[in-house]
Amino acid sequence: MSAFTKEAADFPPAIAFEDVWVGFDEGEILRGVTFQVQARETLVLLGETGTGKTLTLKMAAGLLAPNSGSIVVLGNEISEMPESELLAFRQKIGFVFQEGALFDSLPVSENVAYRLREDGVPEQEIELRVREVLRFVELEHTLEQLPSELSGGMKRRVSIARALINRPPIVLYDSPTAGLDPLTSQTIIRLILRLRDVYGVTALLATQRLQDGFALANFHFDPETKQVVPNAQNGSAAAAASAARTRFLVYRDGGIYFQGEPAELANTADPYLKRFLV
Amino acid sequence: MADTPLQVTDRSAKQEETVSVREVLGDAAKRAVAAVQDYALLSGQAFANIFTSPHYFQDTLEQMDFIGAGSLPIIMLSGFFIGGVMVLQTGSQFVRFGQTSLTGDVVAIALVRELGPAFTGLLVTGRCATGIASELGSMQVTEQVDAMRAMGTDPSRKLVAPRLLAALLMLPLLTAIMDFIGLLGGCAASVFTLRLDAISFWRRAIDALDFADLMQGFTKPLVFGFILATIGCYKGLTVRGGTQGVGRATTSAAVVSSVLIIVADTFMTKLALYLSDKIF
Repeated sequence: MSAFTKEAADFPPAIAFEDVWVGFDEGEILRGVTFQVQARETLVLLGETGTGKTLTLKMAAGLLAPNSGSIVVLGNEISEMPESELLAFRQKIGFVFQEGALFDSLPVSENVAYRLREDGVPEQEIELRVREVLRFVELEHTLEQLPSELSGGMKRRVSIARALINRPPIVLYDSPTAGLDPLTSQTIIRLILRLRDVYGVTALLATQRLQDGFALANFHFDPETKQVVPNAQNGSAAAAASAARTRFLVYRDGGIYFQGEPAELANTADPYLKRFLV
Repeated sequence: MADTPLQVTDRSAKQEETVSVREVLGDAAKRAVAAVQDYALLSGQAFANIFTSPHYFQDTLEQMDFIGAGSLPIIMLSGFFIGGVMVLQTGSQFVRFGQTSLTGDVVAIALVRELGPAFTGLLVTGRCATGIASELGSMQVTEQVDAMRAMGTDPSRKLVAPRLLAALLMLPLLTAIMDFIGLLGGCAASVFTLRLDAISFWRRAIDALDFADLMQGFTKPLVFGFILATIGCYKGLTVRGGTQGVGRATTSAAVVSSVLIIVADTFMTKLALYLSDKIF
């Protein structure tokens, strides 16, 4: 039994979907999906548009209730939890929306501080923490700017800052690099790596870009050099890989088509999966 | 004849798509009932949230400014001319009987009981129910409402309750201003067209009003404020279909709340007349 499997057996999963069905008037989108995400693990959700990736993230955050099935997040069964309890539960979840979903009438500082203000955190502490997370995403200079004045990549970075302001143990990313140029996408992925390796968050990342997943699987953030380095080039690679494992899950036609390690996906002979590798 | 790719040859598949009128009507009825249920739940929850913590005072003040102070110019301008036209219409009839001095009575009663609340409700609906629907609708389609929920904030408390409270507080005040400015307009029209004395116009107007008229005139705006705020919020928060959906929701908010205000006005007038006979 590998170290990770043993750990998985000893500790309950951070996120567990069990036979989850969800759909609307137009028909079922997900039909009996079952998977687990262990603590400190990153699960990359791949799939074409409309296969239910965003719905999965929204269900994991309790923003959408499944038609049937069980969803357990951090030991809480959330599929039938009332909204009043879900509001408190969501303090443990950071959600990065596809387009950022920043409040367009509020400046960056207020967007990031939103959750702290809701919790009644003292003003001085708010300012310190807002500056800290904006420094983390390298956007401290945008404090007073409105979201409309930011580029697409900057909006995603502010959204990441907003999601991690209260250090949630789980962060859900909805296509964080969609519509961004390759350089900006790399910046976002570097940020997700840093967030994973510095704060040790569990992540569920929906994307259509396989290279995002492989970047998370093959690189890690070295706190000493403060650089993102390939796993193989560092002495602590094995430790880093086991501490922050990345797995893939591919949706197709309402179900899970593939679930496994990056190497399995990279060496697959399946014609459908190979379409993602191109 | 050989089938072309564009020809539909599978007749059984075609038959499966047939939907009966009964099913269509059934689905439409279910959707309507579900919509009424969702609206009732949202309104009830928002109303209850007004009386429980946490409160969003800053948001409420901003909405009071938007609904109250922002609507002041159109209310004042419209009120003045509504009062004026009332005098012109009624005065032309009273002239035939030599009873032009009754103009003040008629204008005051009509304005305070009916025209002030109804016009205020409809004008503020045109300006604010649409504004609320488009603002919340835009937030909905850009996932800002979901972002709010994801950060542990209840949208019915943060977005709906302040708008509802602001409308409930501002509509009676706007109605009072509409009534006063309407009487001013009526007075001006009386003086310049009917050659009436301004002081006697005001004296008759004030004497004509009793407590029941004021009760009727200031209960209605509360209901109208409730209707325009809750319909605007409901239409905004249930937007589907991107920016086009926001446009549809805005139009729908104006139409539904205007019609509801007129219908509610009829029933409230009947109820108020019944109660004034029994109580006052």
